[in-house]
Amino acid sequence: MTTAFSEHDNARGFSSPSATLRHRHILDLDDFGRDEIELVFKTGDAMLEVLGRKIKQVPTLRGKTIANFFIEPSTRTRSSFELAAKHLGASTISLDTAKSSMLKGESFISTLHTLQNLGADTIVIRHPQAGAPYLAAREIKSSILNAGDGWHAHPSQSLLDLYTIRQRLGNLEGLKVTIVGDIKHSRVARSNIWGMSTMGIKITLCAPYTLLPRHLDGFVSNSHLAPIVVTTNIEKALKGADVIMLLRLQRERQESGLLPSIREYVRLYQLTEQRLSLAKPGALVLHPGPINEDIEITPEIAYGTQSAIDKQISNGVAIRMALLYLITGGNHAE
Amino acid sequence: MSEKILMTSGDIKRTLLRIAHEIVERNRGTEDLVLIGIQTRGVPLAERLAGMIREFEEIAVTAGTLDIGLYRDDVSTNNLRPIIHDSDIPIDITGKQIILVDDVLYTGRSIRAAMDALMDTGRPKSIQLAVLIDRGHRELPIRADYTGKNIPTSQNEEIKIHFKEIEGKDEVIVTKRTQNP
Repeated sequence: MTTAFSEHDNARGFSSPSATLRHRHILDLDDFGRDEIELVFKTGDAMLEVLGRKIKQVPTLRGKTIANFFIEPSTRTRSSFELAAKHLGASTISLDTAKSSMLKGESFISTLHTLQNLGADTIVIRHPQAGAPYLAAREIKSSILNAGDGWHAHPSQSLLDLYTIRQRLGNLEGLKVTIVGDIKHSRVARSNIWGMSTMGIKITLCAPYTLLPRHLDGFVSNSHLAPIVVTTNIEKALKGADVIMLLRLQRERQESGLLPSIREYVRLYQLTEQRLSLAKPGALVLHPGPINEDIEITPEIAYGTQSAIDKQISNGVAIRMALLYLITGGNHAE
Repeated sequence: MSEKILMTSGDIKRTLLRIAHEIVERNRGTEDLVLIGIQTRGVPLAERLAGMIREFEEIAVTAGTLDIGLYRDDVSTNNLRPIIHDSDIPIDITGKQIILVDDVLYTGRSIRAAMDALMDTGRPKSIQLAVLIDRGHRELPIRADYTGKNIPTSQNEEIKIHFKEIEGKDEVIVTKRTQNP
């Protein structure tokens, strides 16, 4: 037996049994407990301290390998994960479809096996199809971190959103959060519905009917989720909100006929100063990016004092460091 | 399992007061002195020592906290995932005389990790180590500059230190396991 760290030393870390992540993979937040989300926040606090140093690197994941496997364009999520891995001292491999041999017809699964055999302890996956990371988690031994799959889930984004809200407003329980925009096609909204509900946040969703998911009521009533308010009226949705989260409007929604025109969307749903004043004074404005200036939000608000959009980006690195730390090569209780 | 009290609240207080005086004596005052408690159980000790020095020297002494979780050698080799606590060092440590403070010195691995963690935040002039209990069984070439009490133990004994700030009572207890689990 290696003595390694003594019981005395272990008392530093293993005082309470609930304070561990019960997950080997991070696929979505639907099965995350409040204690696990709190653990991510606590670990994120420590990572933020590391990011505030002159030397932003710790040796924690030295000798571990983290692969970024992105089959969809992404700037911030991808660079955020890559930096997070490097700040923790891990080696990184990055694959994107434009350069990988998936162009030569190598399948998703066989590429995963290649990454595993290259020694990847954790594989961060972005895939246009919902469920792809789940398939990966069944197929290979590495830990899988879902960095966005189709319209389905984007857990690290939701965790950094929650973390940013907690940082600015102090706590989460009982807050009213209004999510405005293309809910239907948004994995950010879906993961946030799970994460926010678990943390006791009251959610209001606001979008035109064509951009709201069908069967939302059934989805909510068949789960442990708290009731969610759904409305097409932005004025009603913003009243008394502590946090306003905007979603990116893809221009192809208009091209595919879901919206009569972008101008109409701007007129009915853009967050303007006037609409912002309906929310609580000092309400926080979030946006997962990239922003369409002058569509879902005015630039004055996006870069104004109530906006936490810049913080979302810097917190994103800290939260992703926390997630990589918690799942990469750890002793996981199965 | 048998329990024996090794230090009472009075013993702990007298010992810390002696260490506080030794720190000031050896460093010829309090200039550039920074006391840093290792999370979690070194933290109340560093605060108490700083408080004592403030009182008898009538001068402010900086105290901070340091978490070593990200620097432990069993994170990458044994795949353990300790909970990471806050580190809070309120000043730039470059050029400072650092007194690392911990409750028990045992294998020395925590102190190795703490020194690496400190060095990543700056370049101190010197690092000294103060511990309440030295229980032996070192695995690394590390020793304390200020020791409260040497307690030779066997490896199946466990030292428990209770603090007012955490457990509501100050005492040092040694417990003996009848058998290794």
